Amino acid sequence: MFQIRLHGRGGQGVVTGAEMLSIAAFVQGRHAQAFPSFGSERTGAPVVAFCRIDDKEIRLREPIMEPDALIIQDPTLLLQVDVFRGLKPREGYILINTTRSFDEIGIGEYVSGFRPERLCTVPATELALKHVGRAVPNAGLLGGFAAVTGLVSLDSVAAAIRDRFSGKVAAGNVAAATAAYEIVSQEMKEAAAHA
Amino acid sequence: MAFQPIKFYQTGTFTVGNRLLEADQRSVQANTQRTNSLNSGHRACQGCGEALGARYAIDAAMNATHNQLIAANATGCLEVFSTPYPETSWQIPWIHSLFGNTAAVATGIAAALKVKGRHDVRVIAQGGDGGTTDIGFGCLSGLFERNDDVLFICYDNEAYMNTGVQRSSATPPAARTATTMPVGPEPGNVFGQGKNLPRIAIAHGIPYVATATVAELRDLEAKVRRAMEIRGARYIHIFVPCPLGWGHEAHDTIRISRLAKETGLFPVFEAEHGEVTSVSRIRRKLPVADYLRPQKRFAHLFGEPARLDIIARIQAVADRNIRRFGLLEEEVH
Amino acid sequence: MLKQTEGSRGVAEAVALCRPEVICAYPISPQTHIVEALGEAVKSGALAPCEFINVESEFAAMSVAIGASAAGARAYTATASQGLLYMVEAMFNASGLGLPIVMTVANRAIGAPINIWNDHSDSMSQRDCGWIQLFAENNQEALDLHIQAFRLGEELSLPVMVCMDGFILTHATERLDLPTAEQVDAYLPPYEPRQVLDPKDPVSIGAMVGPEAFTEVRYLAHAKQMQALELIPQHAAEFLQIFGRDSGGLVRTYRTQDAETIVVALGSVLGTIKDTVDEMREQGHKIGVLGIVSFRPFPLAEVRRILRHATRVVVLEKSLAVGIGGIVSANVRMALSGVHLHGYTVIAGLGGRPITRKSLHKLFREAERDELQQLTFLDLDWDIVHRELEREKQKRRSGPIAENILRDVGTVAARAV
Repeated sequence: MFQIRLHGRGGQGVVTGAEMLSIAAFVQGRHAQAFPSFGSERTGAPVVAFCRIDDKEIRLREPIMEPDALIIQDPTLLLQVDVFRGLKPREGYILINTTRSFDEIGIGEYVSGFRPERLCTVPATELALKHVGRAVPNAGLLGGFAAVTGLVSLDSVAAAIRDRFSGKVAAGNVAAATAAYEIVSQEMKEAAAHA
Repeated sequence: MAFQPIKFYQTGTFTVGNRLLEADQRSVQANTQRTNSLNSGHRACQGCGEALGARYAIDAAMNATHNQLIAANATGCLEVFSTPYPETSWQIPWIHSLFGNTAAVATGIAAALKVKGRHDVRVIAQGGDGGTTDIGFGCLSGLFERNDDVLFICYDNEAYMNTGVQRSSATPPAARTATTMPVGPEPGNVFGQGKNLPRIAIAHGIPYVATATVAELRDLEAKVRRAMEIRGARYIHIFVPCPLGWGHEAHDTIRISRLAKETGLFPVFEAEHGEVTSVSRIRRKLPVADYLRPQKRFAHLFGEPARLDIIARIQAVADRNIRRFGLLEEEVH
Repeated sequence: MLKQTEGSRGVAEAVALCRPEVICAYPISPQTHIVEALGEAVKSGALAPCEFINVESEFAAMSVAIGASAAGARAYTATASQGLLYMVEAMFNASGLGLPIVMTVANRAIGAPINIWNDHSDSMSQRDCGWIQLFAENNQEALDLHIQAFRLGEELSLPVMVCMDGFILTHATERLDLPTAEQVDAYLPPYEPRQVLDPKDPVSIGAMVGPEAFTEVRYLAHAKQMQALELIPQHAAEFLQIFGRDSGGLVRTYRTQDAETIVVALGSVLGTIKDTVDEMREQGHKIGVLGIVSFRPFPLAEVRRILRHATRVVVLEKSLAVGIGGIVSANVRMALSGVHLHGYTVIAGLGGRPITRKSLHKLFREAERDELQQLTFLDLDWDIVHRELEREKQKRRSGPIAENILRDVGTVAARAV
């Protein structure tokens, strides 16, 4: 079972991001379970959502306390919330929505123990503003997640977006996810070349 | 439907229905084919205004709908006296659910009829003043604002009679009830409280609101008929004296009702879509004391010494009603 | 058709396939997504003919459903928590009148202190109001139970409550097998009421009944509900035939065959318990699970048959009967009357406290060693409790408990978990 925890703020589509991720896994014939952190958070408040992916029925209903991957939709949360709590040491994946580097946002030291190819920054807000017209970074991060983990394909992510949205909104989000996928794939190629 | 053949030995009175008039002008009650929706044999007290009002109102509604009528009934005297186990006085499809939910039950019935395409069948909800102005108020207001296709009839006897005459929000000032005893410097129910449901109904902007008394039963019938011509939320508030709770003679029910109207204490009017469209004018204005004196619930105002100050405050209430509804103005042709 | 969708949406689709004719909606978390989806279906014409009524309270929601059902329409509503309590008077009325209304309860705690998260306090408070109560373990079962609920309720002329854990199920997106309209139509015949308000055949519904016959009326209500004990397995078997899915039934067992310890529970926590039990089985523990689907009527004989050969029973419940302890466990004990075994009541998951495998492992091991208290509160923070008790000892005006505790805990904006 692969467990993903998504952190963001109310209004950033965190819950929808988890749902779309579960749909992408479902499209690939896998079992998936997405659920929010069940709060009454208002716009702007820290929000957590969860997604589990497995090859058999998922019965477990506890929150994800030891995630395999983290998707952080808002880097300002790093100052406010212990987002890394429980993350699998070394093996965990970290995706952060930012245009800056891990060092620049002040967690370079923390992530130094992780496998570099599992660390990834995605300019998801910028991509969302460009392709969707709203600062909703979830689709871009899912594109990045597909590139980094290979757990779901870009096609599945696109299918999940189209399941949840239609028309221009869907097209814009698919474009944001695709752009993120390409950026991250390129970054990973470069990182591999350096290594 | 079981019909009970009726023989009339009395003619020319308002109460039985004026059989000297042309057939189409006669009271529904004068018709030998009347439905007796609330059949005889029920357990209401002598002189019960509610039983009289309900009988006229429901038979008129039956007549107007060609007997295609369903009624929902709040807990209260009307429910208790009409359906003691194992009997029922109701000759129409009738449901009693709770005290406070009658309007909502009626909404549900209307919704069911609509979804089943039974546009011919109409729905009435009915209750006393407690089931209307107090515990049933939330559901009633909901019915009004959604404009559900229901006629709600309130039989207002100005207190909780079924439980032993306790104050309701329809109890008038100074009236004695079991919870507003005539003791202390301000005996009886206090001034400045209570709610006027007909005016609240008007404020909802519903298609039809009317008030009536059991003194003018032809007027009541006409208003029920008018209400049944209209779709959407409708409200009729009927003034029904309670000889037991008010402490008047059983044979005075009609007279007390007429006095309530003629003093201006109970304005009789119609309103459509938020506007008053007609008022029943006072023929000869009477002082409120004439209305108060025959009722034991106001006896403490007429003791030694008489509480003229309180009577004057009640007179002011009547005078305000007269001004507000133009109850004394000449009709403009 | 397989679909990855939210539990609430899945339930809404299943309810829509049951062709409800009147739906009443009043918003309360966490059931809102269900009636929102149904409202959209009615408004768009996808669900027709159907009247969707936005009522002014839960009391009105149940009352509108009563009127609609009495006039012969298939009526549905959904609620939770305070909303269920607000309609209590009408709940008893609906069952007393024998009206087969179906209602989803998205289980949620009851205040004060106000709490929007999941436990079973709401539906447990209504266990004796005459409604049938079915508890769903996952969203597939929640969906399936609604279809069975209309069938069962209408056959018996009794209202049915389908309980699904608020947020944990209602807001969880998972794989659902959505039935087809043909399947549902084949399973669920049109509503043929036993009593109906109809001018063609006028009846009085809801007349007063005095001491002469009230006991008989109540006995009939009991006898009618007990008939569900036979119907529920039959309906589940027919459901399996038409839908190809084993859903519903009175109870469900999991690895109970040779189990010395059997854990009894209701609802979604069964999934976490089963995962824990699997892990313990691998380590050689003889432990199994009994899930109760039908809490009302309570399947005394089934529960007894399954539990009587165990050495100990742990009833894990998301509700608390203040002043005595367990609610489910009291019922289980009745089923075990005369049977000698160790019985433990565990109160868990109140107000949304997560029930984790980690805690369950510890709990079940303690149970196996018979080291558990008769009544245990899972993961109780004694520190918080003692501090408040101490405060109350110190001074008379110790203040509101909830606020005191929040101050103790520290108002953390959000924690990772």
